[in-house]
Amino acid sequence: MLAHVTTFAIQGVESRRVTVEVDLRPGLPTFTIVGLADRAVREARERVRSAILNSGFEFPARRITVNLAPAALRKEGPGFDLAIACGVLAAGGQLPAERLERVAVFGELALGGELRRGRGVLAVAEGTLAAGLRGLILPCAHAAEAALVDELGVLGAADLAEVAAILRGETDGSPPSPDGGAVPVPSGRPRDLADVRGHGGPLRALSVAAAGGHNLLLSGPPGTGKTMLAQRLPSILPPLSRAEAIEVTRIQSVAGRRPGSGLVTERPFRAPHHTISASGLVGGGSSPQPGEATLAHHGVLFLDELAEFARSALEALRQPLEDGRVAIVRGQRTAVYPTRFMLVASTNPCPCGYAGTPRCRCGEGDVARYRRRLSGPLLDRMDLLVDVQRPTPADFSAGPLCRSEQERERVVAARERQAVRLAGTGAACNAHLDAALVRRHVALDKRGAAVLRLAYDRGTLSPRGHDRVLRVARTIADLDGHETVSADHLLEALGLRQDVTASSAEDVA
Amino acid sequence: MSEPSRDHTHDPQQARGMTAGGPCAPCLRRAALLRLVAGRIDVARKRRHPIRDVLALSDDDLLAAVGGDEAGELRRQLDELSLFDLLASASDGELEVVCRHGAGYPARLNDDNSAPAALFVRGGRGPRDGGLARLARLVGDARSDDQPAAVAIVGTRRASPEGLEIARALGQGLASVGVTVVSGMALGVDSAAHAGALEAGGPTVAVLAGGADVAYPRSKARLYDAIVASGGAIVSEMPPRFAAFKWNFPARNRIIAALAPVTIVIEAAERSGSLITAEFALELGRDVGAVPGPVTSWRSDGTNALLRDGATLIRHPRDVLDLIFGVEHAEQVARRAAAQSKPAPLDTPDELLALLSAIDDGRDTIDSLTPDAAGAAAVRAGLMELELRGLIRRTPGGRVLRTARAEW
Repeated sequence: MLAHVTTFAIQGVESRRVTVEVDLRPGLPTFTIVGLADRAVREARERVRSAILNSGFEFPARRITVNLAPAALRKEGPGFDLAIACGVLAAGGQLPAERLERVAVFGELALGGELRRGRGVLAVAEGTLAAGLRGLILPCAHAAEAALVDELGVLGAADLAEVAAILRGETDGSPPSPDGGAVPVPSGRPRDLADVRGHGGPLRALSVAAAGGHNLLLSGPPGTGKTMLAQRLPSILPPLSRAEAIEVTRIQSVAGRRPGSGLVTERPFRAPHHTISASGLVGGGSSPQPGEATLAHHGVLFLDELAEFARSALEALRQPLEDGRVAIVRGQRTAVYPTRFMLVASTNPCPCGYAGTPRCRCGEGDVARYRRRLSGPLLDRMDLLVDVQRPTPADFSAGPLCRSEQERERVVAARERQAVRLAGTGAACNAHLDAALVRRHVALDKRGAAVLRLAYDRGTLSPRGHDRVLRVARTIADLDGHETVSADHLLEALGLRQDVTASSAEDVA
Repeated sequence: MSEPSRDHTHDPQQARGMTAGGPCAPCLRRAALLRLVAGRIDVARKRRHPIRDVLALSDDDLLAAVGGDEAGELRRQLDELSLFDLLASASDGELEVVCRHGAGYPARLNDDNSAPAALFVRGGRGPRDGGLARLARLVGDARSDDQPAAVAIVGTRRASPEGLEIARALGQGLASVGVTVVSGMALGVDSAAHAGALEAGGPTVAVLAGGADVAYPRSKARLYDAIVASGGAIVSEMPPRFAAFKWNFPARNRIIAALAPVTIVIEAAERSGSLITAEFALELGRDVGAVPGPVTSWRSDGTNALLRDGATLIRHPRDVLDLIFGVEHAEQVARRAAAQSKPAPLDTPDELLALLSAIDDGRDTIDSLTPDAAGAAAVRAGLMELELRGLIRRTPGGRVLRTARAEW
């Protein structure tokens, strides 16, 4: 007897259809799994055998061969357990095989037959629909997540016995509950700009960064609030669109990093420690896993103490920053992970951290050496540099300077203006303007042009910084609702420029 | 300790191939000797012998002092060195060479009994604009009766933004009235002084510890090129391509101190190289001035100590002019400079003036100048405009600094 069951393997953040073929033959009882299965899959034999016996079924004393097709695709993890168990039962005639061919099954089995939570359910659900199947049987803890895919029949089950009942047509499974029986999301108070005291300059820069999608470098002594500011950037970014939210949910599900189920509604904020490796940052490993850059997709990647990161890790960020995706190639496998994030980095202004104050003992050489440790290509992608200073006691006793809600409205309005202007160009926001688009869309008024020329002639502005300043000026004008970029917009953009050298006296030379 | 012999006979064999008026063989040999035993001098100086005493030794005494048992072997190596190759490598590096018997040798250096026997000088190309011609114009030579006005400006490599700004302003102000700025092209104060002089279009002289054809520190390669391009001179007593040892830095400082009648120290820690320069200047009977600083800062420990010991207090370029020319003549120079200086800067709008006065009150960051988040935009734009007008400067920590203006 032969049975076919459809399930899915995760590759990158997508799912690939896998057909589980189970063949029962007379002969000495054996249980073999073939088809490029890793250790976790091969161990499925023991889980499947116990689960079948503990669910009141009989384990066929025959020669059982399980093939996972396509054979060339590497299969990993315990997600094939349920499909194999269903195949064994169907091949032995203990379950109706014809119903099994119209649905996909996905899940890990416990020895007692219960279904465990797994990874990548949303990707599997999307794959099921794409494969033209009507329903998906899966652990009921994941039913809510799978239900995000419209038009898919989601059949949540608690254990193997309930799966069998579904396949026999006796029940439709447990209905997807909103929380899916999952661990509740820790509902801390959302981070808001209203928590910030003082920091007038950095707050404005955050708005500009959010409005134009510009990467941001925060520079300041330790303990002045750089991390606190960066954490609040997602709160003024435009809300996730449904498509973006699905993408973020899928990524977090694949990475197994979801405390709850259902749709993710907050933009991710990732702050990896500076000891992270290149593959931790952009993804990798012998069986590719998404890295922090992917987990920050549609959100913010915050690199605290940029100079402390390994150079190799920072260099690895170049492709993801440039292309918005990263391809991890391992042997014959390629996993593509999306990486469209805003980069926020923080650094001390000098080795001791107190540059510009009398406490600083660093000389010009020390500062220059410290800055050289920051990766040049990465600095090239930072449009804004903001100095963060210690707030004063007066700042603490005063009220907040702004609230996330109002700032977000302004950011959304600015983004909408950009979307209209950039429709059809492939650029989504001002940060993505290339040289040609800068020339076409950044119209300076007469005084603005004079200021730009002056800045350039005085050596304040380098040729490299030229387009960068214009992009930022465009964003500032958008934030203020102006179609033309005025001198004031340009002056502010110049004030936010990144290429400040340690000794400006020398720049003039 | 014996004085190096000043009269010597030309050895025709060694002098062959050298043009008349060029450096004489014993002086070149001295430069080659210093290169040969440079490493040994560092070792021998462990007991902190003053570098001027070491360099005042005659060739033989120096060899004996640092050579020990190997003095004879060293002498043999020295005799085998080709002075002609030395001259050839100098001209490869676009350096001109003068010895202390030559007409192009800066007369001021003769006050120093440890003065370099030979100088390697980088300048422009051609006889009228070569290194020696430039050096003669900038700090004078044996032929000139009137020695050009010059000032040495030195200070810490780890300068504060304020220190850099003062160095720049002094360099700029003094160069704009034709005073040659002499310094060591080190990081920090030295470079800022050179850069200030260049801003005024005024030539400047950099004295290097290593070979004059090598821009050291490397990060100052642009400054090196700018000095050469603007009519300045790069000077060293060491042969071309020589990489400096520790002792070369205080040795370089004695040349800086000797080349100018006035030495100004801006920001120096106690027991620092800048103080060594000031000490040399005093030993040579030069005037020493110092810019005061807060008594709480290590950067002003050295300068404040100089002031207590009687150095002239320097606040701006005018104070230096008084020191160089005497109060009366300085008055005339300053008046001429004021007449020639650029027209007053553009009218500054009221908002910017308000911003400036807030900065003067110590509110020198965007945060402290910003009343609310919306105001940050205007403040940042205003500060940028002030920066473009040259009225303020940004420092690495994000503070802004009023630029020091030359006041005549």
